[in-house]
Amino acid sequence: MKTILSGLAALCLGATLVTSAWAQEEAHGGHDEANPTHFPIHRPAEMDWSFGGPFGRYDKAQLQRGLKVYKEVCSACHGLRLVSFRTLEELGYSEEQVRALAAEYEVTDGPNADGEMFTRAALPSDHFPSPYPNDEAAAASNNGAAPPDLSLMAKGRTVERGFPRFVFDVFTQYQEGGPDYIHALLTGYDETPPEGMEIPEGTHYNPYFIASKSLAMPKPITDGQVTYDDGAPQTTDQYARDVSAFLMFAAEPHLDERKMIGFRVITFLLLFIGLLWLTKRKVWSGVPH
Amino acid sequence: MSGGHTTYTPTTGIGRWFDSRMPLPRLMHDSFVSYPTPRNLNYAYTFGGILSVMLIVQIVTGIVLAMHYTASTLLAFDSVEKIMRDVNSGWLLRYLHSNGASMFFVAVFIHIFRGLYYGSYKAPRELLWILGCIILLLMMAAGFMGYVLPWGQMSFWGATVITGFFTAIPLAGEWVQQLLLGGFAVDNPTLNRFFSLHYLLPFMIAGVVVLHVWALHVTGQTNPTGIEVKSKTDTVPFTPYATVKDALGMVVFFLMYAYFVFYLPNYLGHADNYIVANPLKTPAHIVPEWYFLPFYAILRAITFNIGPIDSKLGGVLAMFGAIAVLFFVPWLDTSKVKSAAYRPWYKLFFWLFVINSIFLGWLGSRPAEGAYVIMSQLSTLYYFGFFLVVMPVLGLVETPRRLPNSITEAVLAKNHGSAAAHPAGAAAAPETKA
Repeated sequence: MKTILSGLAALCLGATLVTSAWAQEEAHGGHDEANPTHFPIHRPAEMDWSFGGPFGRYDKAQLQRGLKVYKEVCSACHGLRLVSFRTLEELGYSEEQVRALAAEYEVTDGPNADGEMFTRAALPSDHFPSPYPNDEAAAASNNGAAPPDLSLMAKGRTVERGFPRFVFDVFTQYQEGGPDYIHALLTGYDETPPEGMEIPEGTHYNPYFIASKSLAMPKPITDGQVTYDDGAPQTTDQYARDVSAFLMFAAEPHLDERKMIGFRVITFLLLFIGLLWLTKRKVWSGVPH
Repeated sequence: MSGGHTTYTPTTGIGRWFDSRMPLPRLMHDSFVSYPTPRNLNYAYTFGGILSVMLIVQIVTGIVLAMHYTASTLLAFDSVEKIMRDVNSGWLLRYLHSNGASMFFVAVFIHIFRGLYYGSYKAPRELLWILGCIILLLMMAAGFMGYVLPWGQMSFWGATVITGFFTAIPLAGEWVQQLLLGGFAVDNPTLNRFFSLHYLLPFMIAGVVVLHVWALHVTGQTNPTGIEVKSKTDTVPFTPYATVKDALGMVVFFLMYAYFVFYLPNYLGHADNYIVANPLKTPAHIVPEWYFLPFYAILRAITFNIGPIDSKLGGVLAMFGAIAVLFFVPWLDTSKVKSAAYRPWYKLFFWLFVINSIFLGWLGSRPAEGAYVIMSQLSTLYYFGFFLVVMPVLGLVETPRRLPNSITEAVLAKNHGSAAAHPAGAAAAPETKA
């Protein structure tokens, strides 16, 4: 009976694997390079992030560089409305530095005693002001495609992992799909579209874009555009890595704390399991069960 | 709740005072200390306790989250982000709550599979099983409504799709849908009533759980042999035996829970829910939470009309039928033997059913096109076939293996008679044992 059972189980498993592989092939079929139907066309490369894995932590120098890239490049069009300036102390800045950094921005406040709105220098408690007053204004200035806010970009975009990758991810603790995607997108503009592909007017081909073959955002950054003062290479690839890491921080500011507490909790639970197991053995030792 | 085996004797004056007025300590003692449990329970039987604790975890974290959450379409998304960023340990509370919902379903699915494997639904435990099915339904409602509260893209579109099912009901459909939504589309009234109901449902679950435990303590637990308790040697007292075993199972379960909360907090969610709800922009694929995926696959498997029933209503009926059929399991299974351990063929079909359910879950996450549709249909056929054909027919044609005469006999046979038949005074008075 056991052999029949395991034989049948193996047969079912085999059949399932074959049919699912076939179905996946089917679903992604039609390998017409000029008219792709599934996006992104290329899967983002898995980068090595300082904050990946169980002991991962943010690299403060990298986050500072990423903030610089955001300030000098991205912030022209993209907001960071959920991030307050005081959070930036986590990047290693002092209170005074954060105060000075916030003061570079103007925010609208009010109404004052006369009932008028007024602008003032931002305080550490303020959030990053958005470059456009509202989504409609943002769309109107950008050919109808409003640049999305970046506060949660690193958690709000993940290229589907597919079977069996999503099973392995549980064990490798892969949670960096967002930054991988942002990095791939920012460095993916230089590829030329395949022969015969039509790129709609006003959009730019990028095989890493999650929703289509091209997007409204032009190539945002080129080599040497942002000056680093810590000697890091001033390449598009490095800019993309740094700003992706910074956006991960913007989306998940408590990641370091989470992984630190996690280690303690897991250690505690393992010890507790050991003690409980010994107790259980002792209690049940005289009772066959 | 103790099935009339009370051994409680209050030793203090205060104890006696309470016992003659409101014997709550006696109830607790009889239910969780002296309550006799079969001595051969394995770790599959620890999930009832795990589920009770998960319910408490969800209620406690949920109450604190509700102190910081704002149920308004304009503020909900940002209030959740405020919890994640600015509330002290808010990120921990929210990840505990969102992953807690997933873990709750992991545990309940194992608990249900355990019941199906060991025939826990058979007489005299039909009511116990049905109460469990009601809990499952309430849990699904709570889980669905909870997922709407963060007001992300999947919240909004999931709510739109799922409330849309109700329009398939003839005549009353539109009225039911509008009652659920509080309008013609998912909007602020929907969010408000979902929040209200999401707060209510866990307490309803807690109420049914009390009935579930009551019914359990009247009939007693089943056990891996499926043979009823016949003598004192078949059982051990709940404390310390079941308590310590449940505790160990629970802490191992918590290890997995903590692993997800601290290292994979967004693994079981969907990235689109970190994008604020936008009624004008439909996501490429609308998928429900993972624990609804098997039912979602069944819904989409019905792509054809059956007589007067169009495919939409057919899908909805199949999906609700997939849960409704559980209520009838006690009468669908015709076998006299409870445990699959003594039913070779049922065991085979059971494990196929488990694999099939996981496969349905995977299909639910795929787009409904091409080969996936055919696979969903075959899988759905087996899902219902297991309950409606295999269960009734197998009970009539299968030859079960020889059953042991008692739990004690089965246990001793397993241990090659190496130990004493009587659990060494354990059943009598564990607390006085040196």
